[in-house]
Amino acid sequence: MTMMQKFLGAAATLALSTGAALADPAIIFDLGGKFDKSFNEAAFNGAERWAKETGGKYLEIELQSEAQREQALRRFAEVGANPIVTTGFAMSTPISEVAGDYPDTKFVTIDGYVDAPNVLTIGFTEHEGSFLVGMMAAMASKSNTVGFIGGMDVPLIRKFACGYAQGVKAANPDATVISNMTGTTPSAWNDPVKGGELTRAQISQGADVIYAAAGGTGVGVLQVAADEGILSIGVDSNQNHLHPGKVLTSMLKRVDVAVYNVMSAGDAMETGVITLGLAEKGVDYAMDENNKDLVTPEMQAAVEEAKAKIIAGEIKVQDYGADNACDVLSF
Amino acid sequence: MEVMPKWADVVLIPLFSLLIAFALSALVIIGIGEDPIAAVKMMVSGAVGSTYGWGYTLYYATNFIFTGLAVAVAFHARMFNIGGEGQAALGGLGVALVCLSVDWPHWAIALPVAVAGAAVFGALWAALPAYLQAKRGSHIVITTIMFNFIGAALLNYLLVNVMRPAGSMDPATGKFPPGTFLPTLHDILATIGIPFSKAAPANVSFLIAVAACVLVWLLIWRTRLGYAIRAYGHSESAAVYAGISPTRIIMIAMLISGALAGMMAINNVMGEAERLVLNSVEGAGFIGIAVALMGRSHPFGVFLAAILFGFLYQGGAELALFTDIPRELIVVIQALVILFTGALDNMVRMPLEKLFLALRKRDA
Repeated sequence: MTMMQKFLGAAATLALSTGAALADPAIIFDLGGKFDKSFNEAAFNGAERWAKETGGKYLEIELQSEAQREQALRRFAEVGANPIVTTGFAMSTPISEVAGDYPDTKFVTIDGYVDAPNVLTIGFTEHEGSFLVGMMAAMASKSNTVGFIGGMDVPLIRKFACGYAQGVKAANPDATVISNMTGTTPSAWNDPVKGGELTRAQISQGADVIYAAAGGTGVGVLQVAADEGILSIGVDSNQNHLHPGKVLTSMLKRVDVAVYNVMSAGDAMETGVITLGLAEKGVDYAMDENNKDLVTPEMQAAVEEAKAKIIAGEIKVQDYGADNACDVLSF
Repeated sequence: MEVMPKWADVVLIPLFSLLIAFALSALVIIGIGEDPIAAVKMMVSGAVGSTYGWGYTLYYATNFIFTGLAVAVAFHARMFNIGGEGQAALGGLGVALVCLSVDWPHWAIALPVAVAGAAVFGALWAALPAYLQAKRGSHIVITTIMFNFIGAALLNYLLVNVMRPAGSMDPATGKFPPGTFLPTLHDILATIGIPFSKAAPANVSFLIAVAACVLVWLLIWRTRLGYAIRAYGHSESAAVYAGISPTRIIMIAMLISGALAGMMAINNVMGEAERLVLNSVEGAGFIGIAVALMGRSHPFGVFLAAILFGFLYQGGAELALFTDIPRELIVVIQALVILFTGALDNMVRMPLEKLFLALRKRDA
């Protein structure tokens, strides 16, 4: 018996003793943690909804270090978890290295891209959703200046910013977009105080609608915007309820639905590439009783028209992820 | 005459501190309704119970040895280098440039160059704060921590705008060519017939870290330069009286310190990830401070403390994988260990010294 087999046995025993049966799904949360009020939390909510509705159990881990990415994938694959859902683009490379070793296990990467027969890649057209909220921002702005606050300056956030800026320009070609990133370390995703400072700085430059795509930092953006009497736009989850009547809308990215669907399909799920856009309601803008007084019928009509045109392919929103460039905003 | 024998200072005090830290951690685990004995068992079996666990423990330990030695060398010159984080990040840049610039035929050729690249970049990142300290008196604690942020910003810029392969959404360099892949402990031990887990990331860098421990020991206690560094650390005015130039010592000690921190990159960047990712250091630069404190700035102490922290990291990962103990609690356990071994040292030391004094009186 080799050491590896011994270890496998030990791992399986461990898994059983902690109450996980084989073929339960597993979910790996990226470094932000599952309570980031945003992306990972949406995934967590989807998994919880699945667990509640089916009474099923799932394994989970919140990553603490880069070296754990591959470790967590292998450990879950070895105890028989299937499918293994992962969040964040940084999981692509580890999955592409691990997937071949476990051909019977199905992996899901949300926001990443892996070309392997047992991997499902789920992408979202964040630029299109951001385009719509950008239009709303431009129409709601009285100063013709709107703001964007991102977490870290990474390509994914540029994709949000670029779509947003295009939407602003589409609704009002004369409008100005101010764009700031919160920081250069991962704490930038969870720094509401700095988010608030940036919001004040953008207000002093004239911005009166600010879109936050910055994870937990956005909570501070929305708070200060509400305190200072300007409008803000939430991201990923519906954040309209955080400050009723002060949050113009939220750019919805339905990671929760994606996770729920994958877990419901279980180990029989289809692999390949899925892109969830406006047509699939993978991205959208949020309307509810909290923001109904802020969004005029004209605004909604204009946005709905643009949405239909994007779905029909009549409006092309530039995708920073594909083009690696943004014509209307410089970083 | 010393109050306590040397072995008590090196072994007994850290041991008692650890026991207190673990006892308090156990109370916290009971407090959240989990079984502390099962948790400890899982940590031990997960971190040192299999070659797989050892592979991860030693991988983390390698990082901490380098950053711990970096802090320790600066400590000997009584300087507090808390810029290990930034120096290691820049070391990663050095390694990435070396690995990506040439199509290396074999890792044995690539490794020395990568070590040099890592050391040079790490040392350069420490050079500016060192110069400001030596010539301008700008406090090294302030400047090194500021340089951590400048380093993070620089890498952020380079990875997103310059070094990222076209079309990739991940702010990271492309994969290094196969000629730079370092052999893992599995590969090394297989040649002498010892089976070792294939999945674990511990690699040949661990042996380099051990060699670095020996070299630092030789440097500090067996060379003129090491003597000068220690003399300066004990008393600047005495060192100046003895003809030792403070500027020279500050610069040299910080360059060595930065080089050691930078060399961590051969483990995490070249050995494990095989590409440079954003935030590749992940706090190892700061853990190095705790490791140096706990190891009393002695290379052997640093080695042991690094293994302990590697154990805490890997054991903590096991807890996070297979229990409901949240990952924040693992940080609490690590913090308690740092608190007791670093900050509350005297709490254990005083009673022990009294005990030894009493014993000696009885013998006399």
